[in-house]
Amino acid sequence: MIEIQSVSHRIGQAQILTDVSLRLERGGVIALAGPNGAGKSTLLSLIARLQPLQQGQIRVDDMQLGQCDDRALARKLAILPQQVNASSRLTVRDLVGFGRYPHHRGRPTAGDRARVEAALAQFDLGPLADRQLETLSGGQRQRAFVAMSYVQDTDFLLLDEPLNNLDLAAARSLMAQLRQLADDQGRTVVIVLHDINYATAYADRIVVLKGGRVVADGAPAETVTAAMLEQVFGTAAPVHSVGGRPVVLV
Amino acid sequence: MAGGRMLRNRMLLLALALLACCLAYLFTGVKGSWEFALMFRGQKLAALLLAGTAQAVAAVLFQTITGNRLLTPSIMGFDALYILLLSGMVFAMGAQQFLLLDRQWVMAGSAVLMCGAALALFGAVLRAGRGDLMRMVLTGVVLAVMLRSITSFLQRVIDPNEYAVVQAASYARFSRAETDLVAIAALLCLVALLAAWRMRFRLDVLALGPVAAVSLGEDPQRGQWQALLVISLLVSVSTALVGPVAFFGLLVTALTYLVLPTHRHAVLLPACAMMAGVVLTGGQWVMERVMHLSTPLSVVVEFLGGLVFLALLLKGLKQ
Repeated sequence: MIEIQSVSHRIGQAQILTDVSLRLERGGVIALAGPNGAGKSTLLSLIARLQPLQQGQIRVDDMQLGQCDDRALARKLAILPQQVNASSRLTVRDLVGFGRYPHHRGRPTAGDRARVEAALAQFDLGPLADRQLETLSGGQRQRAFVAMSYVQDTDFLLLDEPLNNLDLAAARSLMAQLRQLADDQGRTVVIVLHDINYATAYADRIVVLKGGRVVADGAPAETVTAAMLEQVFGTAAPVHSVGGRPVVLV
Repeated sequence: MAGGRMLRNRMLLLALALLACCLAYLFTGVKGSWEFALMFRGQKLAALLLAGTAQAVAAVLFQTITGNRLLTPSIMGFDALYILLLSGMVFAMGAQQFLLLDRQWVMAGSAVLMCGAALALFGAVLRAGRGDLMRMVLTGVVLAVMLRSITSFLQRVIDPNEYAVVQAASYARFSRAETDLVAIAALLCLVALLAAWRMRFRLDVLALGPVAAVSLGEDPQRGQWQALLVISLLVSVSTALVGPVAFFGLLVTALTYLVLPTHRHAVLLPACAMMAGVVLTGGQWVMERVMHLSTPLSVVVEFLGGLVFLALLLKGLKQ
């Protein structure tokens, strides 16, 4: 469980988050949604310890961010990177192999290697395994990153707008993979999504932020309503129910 | 891994090339006493190898923590900082006092000073500039020029006799390496190299960039500080031995990445050190025995390194 307690954050003069408290239970896909500048990415980066906490507390299970061992936390919580340094000439296999680093700290065992090979097969990366990352398409690269986070074997996986620059097929397959991680492996996926329709289609729970505060929180059918869109995004978009899921007509 | 054998073969070739260069440097063209020649050359060879290794490893570390393959400590002005510290010491206590000091202690002391100064100065620059390569290049170039200007200002206000003391230290001199400092230099270098070697797996992770490093449990900030410490030690060793060099580190790292396409520091660190040894001893051999010292090696190395810098810069701008 990730427990966020009265977290506030400012960057310069701008108040980004104001007294946010949230409990993210284990299991399922939790989407963070909201308009531009609502503070969703900042909140995610605080949970990910990419930025130091200014006010409030965040606990991941029994570990308190800022006071716990980085290495132990890396076996509990992974962040999907959007990119790695282009100059490092990594192959897909190298990259996925790094996912095991928190477990072997540089000296992979036969077990670690087997995990990597299994993940390469599972994410259809087998034929690409010896290709360099720069030569892949955006969707393939994203898949390699997911495979890397997958072998890290963490309970929690954080993603910040991973659908940027992905076409329809790549975006849907990425979301389906995350869904599968949650359903089959019991992982908890916390994801910042820009497109609310992806959130309603794939998430179990949507947390909506506006102006640095949580304004709606719950299952997609409860949170995504025409009234909420009007209030949060300030636009009158009609919402229809298709197969039990709310769909926003754009 | 398919590339594993290729890497091993190339490492072996590199080691053989280094051995050949060292033997050629030691044993060719001896006139007169072999005993004297080998003593004399052995010390110079040790100084060259130490300086080369220090420059090479420092450059690899720096490129890893800054996330680019264009900048080296020398380009960012680490060498200039060392010379500034040295000039500052002469300025503060006067050349007479300075010359009375034990040179070994001066070197150890300035290495410590260098660590503190480099952390304070470059730590801040790196934090502000990471992710923006062109800003880092500009900051580095400006910083290096600034440090050199302060140094030359200091050297101008001191007495001309005192100036002579620091002047010798302010230029690259592969042919007249400071052989009496080899022992202490080797000690400092060994400490720094051990630290770098222990960091090798962490460096692989840090090279992925800050987000991936945090996710994998490596604090980029802490890694950066530790690497900066090691770099400062190495640069003070190399600068004390052969003076400041601007593009040597860049030349050897570029060559190493070309010959050994890998991200693993367990390979890159020793390979780059060997490459530096090949370039320095091989180059020095050619300059001393073939060209008969008509051109200093530093000029050739800096010229080639400068070309590499320009080429990489233009390539980087295009991307």
